[in-house]
Amino acid sequence: MQALSGHADEAVVNARRRHRRRRVIIFTLRVLFAVALLGSWEVLSRTKSIDPFFFGEPSGVAKQIWTWQQHGTAVGPLWEQIWTTLKEALLGFAFGVGAGVVIGIALGRVRILAEVLGPYIKAANSIPRIVLGSLFVIWFGLGLTSKVALAFVLVFFVVFFNAFQGVREVDETVISNARVLGANERKITTHVIVPSALTWIIASMHTSFGFAIVGAVVGEYLGSAHGLGNMIAVAQGTFNLNGIYGCMFILAVVALIAESLITQLENRLITWRPTRRDELAP
Amino acid sequence: MMRDGSVYTALTGMKLDVARGEFLAIVGPTGCGKSTTLGLVSGLEPASSGEVRVLGEPVRDVSRRVGVVFQADALFPWKSVLGNVASGLRFRGVPRREARERAREWIARVGLSGFDDHYPHQLSGGMRKRTALAQSLITTPEILLMDEPFSALDVQTRALMEDELLDLWSTTSASVVFVTHDLEEAIALSDRVCVMTAGPGTVKGIYRIDLPRPRTVREIRFEPRFVELYREIWEDLRDEVLVSYERAKKHAGA
Repeated sequence: MQALSGHADEAVVNARRRHRRRRVIIFTLRVLFAVALLGSWEVLSRTKSIDPFFFGEPSGVAKQIWTWQQHGTAVGPLWEQIWTTLKEALLGFAFGVGAGVVIGIALGRVRILAEVLGPYIKAANSIPRIVLGSLFVIWFGLGLTSKVALAFVLVFFVVFFNAFQGVREVDETVISNARVLGANERKITTHVIVPSALTWIIASMHTSFGFAIVGAVVGEYLGSAHGLGNMIAVAQGTFNLNGIYGCMFILAVVALIAESLITQLENRLITWRPTRRDELAP
Repeated sequence: MMRDGSVYTALTGMKLDVARGEFLAIVGPTGCGKSTTLGLVSGLEPASSGEVRVLGEPVRDVSRRVGVVFQADALFPWKSVLGNVASGLRFRGVPRREARERAREWIARVGLSGFDDHYPHQLSGGMRKRTALAQSLITTPEILLMDEPFSALDVQTRALMEDELLDLWSTTSASVVFVTHDLEEAIALSDRVCVMTAGPGTVKGIYRIDLPRPRTVREIRFEPRFVELYREIWEDLRDEVLVSYERAKKHAGA
């Protein structure tokens, strides 16, 4: 028995070592991929194979971000711009998720509500929502509110439809079981519907945080005094390609950090799910 | 139990009595309304006409005195074994600590001690059925309805679970209504076997199973009396299975 468990331990250690080695290899390949991509871009740009004026160059982008960081942007320090955009995105995201979850579950549970409001929600959803940005700038002015409103609208529908669908997809047998075990409607909602729909809701948060950033940036682009969207508008006006790439890079970093936070939240809230292999994990 | 349907008649003019503490098995061909019967008795599916009476009271809603073990997996995947077993008591307003304590007892009774914190997806099919049994029995139902509960299990696990079920049942005073399409299982487990006709379903015949208890399901199949009963009931069931088979073939051909 001792010998056996010894062997088993060894096997586990070996498997773990193999796993670690594989991860190192994959990480190295990822870095190499980025180096190759950025390197060829830089080389093509330096040798004028592509026009640096239209395509920019990685070193120029890095220099631009460094300048912003050291001397501030046209509209103030870089951190302030990032924080402005992030704040708008986070507020829109929080309100959008909250409203989407509550209304989605309500409509999923109360049939009459879904039947009466269904067509209106579909109609509202079919409006190209980015256009609402112009409306919000006029309604709420150039400040924070108009951007939060746009981010909210973008987030709300994604979360709402997922929450609604999540409620509809709940296994009928599981609901029957809860009823037989003595659960009333309220307990069915809290013990069965919400936990079951949570998978869908959190999955929708991955996409919808991206939308929150889109809402904030587009809102700023349409009219504002601060934020990354404003910086993009300024860079566009001065044909500063590296400036646009720089903002894109910063936004990508912000989005990736948020994405990893949401994944952590997901893992904490949905411990009961079988672990899945996802190839696109960061 | 009565139901005179109009559109799709799953059951018609059905009358079936279950004595207190009795183990009744219902067998019949596919689509004879076996599952509908359980839906009616549990109150999960209201009758389109007629009345269903359980324990002397008409069934209007899900009754607290009835327990159900479903054919499909019906555990809450987001609750641990302990959470699942305790849920019935929690729904009925038993304080958390007491519910958990009693759940632990039941987990031990179905032989799952040590698996309290496992989630359903981490358990085997047999273990999930044990959890489902504990989940239902902890609410001390007077009637336990079982809808082909072991049909998804492999043959060995199934025999083990059948013995387990008889053990558990003998320690409670619950009546069991056990729906199955497997005549062997029906005879091995029950006090009476009710054969249903091909849909619209009604009772074709009821057979008393006079095999002594306690029984061991794995061995009872070899008793001469078991074989005799099997032959007798099969004569009756075969015609219905043929009718249902012919009907299915006609549907497939059309």
